Amino acid sequence: MSDPETLDEIRNIMADVFDLDLDQGSVTPETTANDIEEWDSLSHIRLIVAIERKFGVRFTNAEIESLKRVGDLIALIEAKAAP
Amino acid sequence: MSWLEAAPRDFRNELRTLQNAPFGDELAMRLFRLANFALDENQLIHLARAAESCFAGRAAPPPFVALRVGVVGDGALSLLAPAIAGSGLRHQLFMTTFVGEYNRALLDALDSSGSLREADLDMALIVADVRALGLDRAAATAAAASERVERAFDQLRRTAEALRAFVSAAILVQTIVPPLEPLFGSYDRVEAGSPYSMVASLNGQIGNWAAGGNVVLVDIARLAETVGLETWDDPRHWHASKLSFAPSLLPAYADVVARAMAATRGLSRKCLVLELDDTLWGGVIGDDGLAGIQVGQGSAVGEAYLAVQRMALELRARGVVLAVCSKNEDRNARLPFREHPDMLLREDHIAVFQANWADKAANLRAIAETLNIGVEALVFLDDNPAERLRVRRELPLAAVPELPDDPALYPRTLAAAGYFEAIAFSNEDRGRADFYRANALRAAALNASRDVGAYLASLDMVLTIGFVDETARPRVAQLIKKSNQFNLTTRRYSEAELAAAIRDASRHVVQARLLDRFGDNGITSVLIADKRGKAWEIDT
Repeated sequence: MSDPETLDEIRNIMADVFDLDLDQGSVTPETTANDIEEWDSLSHIRLIVAIERKFGVRFTNAEIESLKRVGDLIALIEAKAAP
Repeated sequence: MSWLEAAPRDFRNELRTLQNAPFGDELAMRLFRLANFALDENQLIHLARAAESCFAGRAAPPPFVALRVGVVGDGALSLLAPAIAGSGLRHQLFMTTFVGEYNRALLDALDSSGSLREADLDMALIVADVRALGLDRAAATAAAASERVERAFDQLRRTAEALRAFVSAAILVQTIVPPLEPLFGSYDRVEAGSPYSMVASLNGQIGNWAAGGNVVLVDIARLAETVGLETWDDPRHWHASKLSFAPSLLPAYADVVARAMAATRGLSRKCLVLELDDTLWGGVIGDDGLAGIQVGQGSAVGEAYLAVQRMALELRARGVVLAVCSKNEDRNARLPFREHPDMLLREDHIAVFQANWADKAANLRAIAETLNIGVEALVFLDDNPAERLRVRRELPLAAVPELPDDPALYPRTLAAAGYFEAIAFSNEDRGRADFYRANALRAAALNASRDVGAYLASLDMVLTIGFVDETARPRVAQLIKKSNQFNLTTRRYSEAELAAAIRDASRHVVQARLLDRFGDNGITSVLIADKRGKAWEIDT
């Protein structure tokens, strides 16, 4: 179960962090760093920080390292943000 | 960074449109305006990239000064460098950055075939982290602690010396942020071997080093203290990517670095222009009258305005010129300065007083002209958001800080912006505000007299020529560094090089001081000549 709004937010944040025009559908739960050229280890730090800021959550390094796809990120955010 | 206006929602699009704009001054001004919003770390980095592609391969147009900067030392330097370059644009610097290798500052500096050496650097920044310096672990004895501090300092010193061989201008050194976690607790400050004490001792040595004028200190430890170590320190990022602090503080960090670099280029602001009603006192003098305005001890609001005045006076004492720009009747506006018993600021403190109903931007221009400085040297403090917007639109080069609603926070906001960043403090600075005031009086005298010749004669000028002694040396070095207009060769000397020239018997180094009836202009001229038999060659 994943909220499409979370995916939308993540896509907006990715557009800002990577300075890209990302249309709806261009980022899916299956998207990985290999799919986006600008997504490297340095911009990854900025991405995580921007997501933490936007959703008011905080990830551990172990959680960050376990992320493989955007879908993992959504699941993590939703698990953290759940009351 | 509350002194900056919030970034527009479509910031990214604004940046995009720059890519297609024609090269030139207008493009540069648009970049400068965008740089002066409160940008997050991503926006700063994109801004730096946009500037790079806009100016690619060409001389950066005004208001920018081009600068080639090396960043060496500990941690994720490739994250720091673009943020510094982005912040530089806010301070009129267009930087090209070159990043050293992680934890290899000294090697980077010494490596004779390294890429930094080829980079033709103007400046270098040495980034140091407490963990990389090995000061995060306690030393067993006081002797071991002092040895550890010495070793850390020696590494920084040798790095700076090695950089000196190929960096033409300033070398900047950061102070060290102490670890957040106490070891003993309060006793840390007492025990020489605690990480906290070792860092304090090292920062003290860096301070003394910078006082000698060979390096420029960038007080990152102070910044960390200001934002709070709990906010600053984020061990996750050190563990994962060797970033020394929380990435969301990149903008604050980069601005502190950029403003120090700007200061070494003489780009700090020089004049604080004050609005009056609800900025310098509470209430409206024209409506409330002398008895009705709030300033002085006895009420919280009155004390808040007094604190604003105290800060202005403190700035004046360190060389910042004060001016007034207010929508008011001149007579009303001057009344509190003349007659209010609780006012700290008096008319004598104000170099130029513009109180009228004309447009504030026009008045600010008049202030800059009277003082013979550019509008980019002005900071305008005004409580009214609509007026701030208008002035920013008319005079984008002038700094107009956002202010919080509560006047109690005005001094803090102004101070945090770091507009008046200095890298030295000389006797000339101490007298500068009086000097500019005298200059404003001179300008008035020139306006009043019929011809320039008669005016010059009326000044009763006296020029005293002397050698350059210890007390004169810092000012002479500053003159050589900052003068462009009447500097025929623009050969720059560091203070150490100047000292060598003075000692050199084959060179003739003199300075001249100018006095007139309005006051002492201080040292205004420098001559360095190479003695070549009968014909001496003028170097500077």
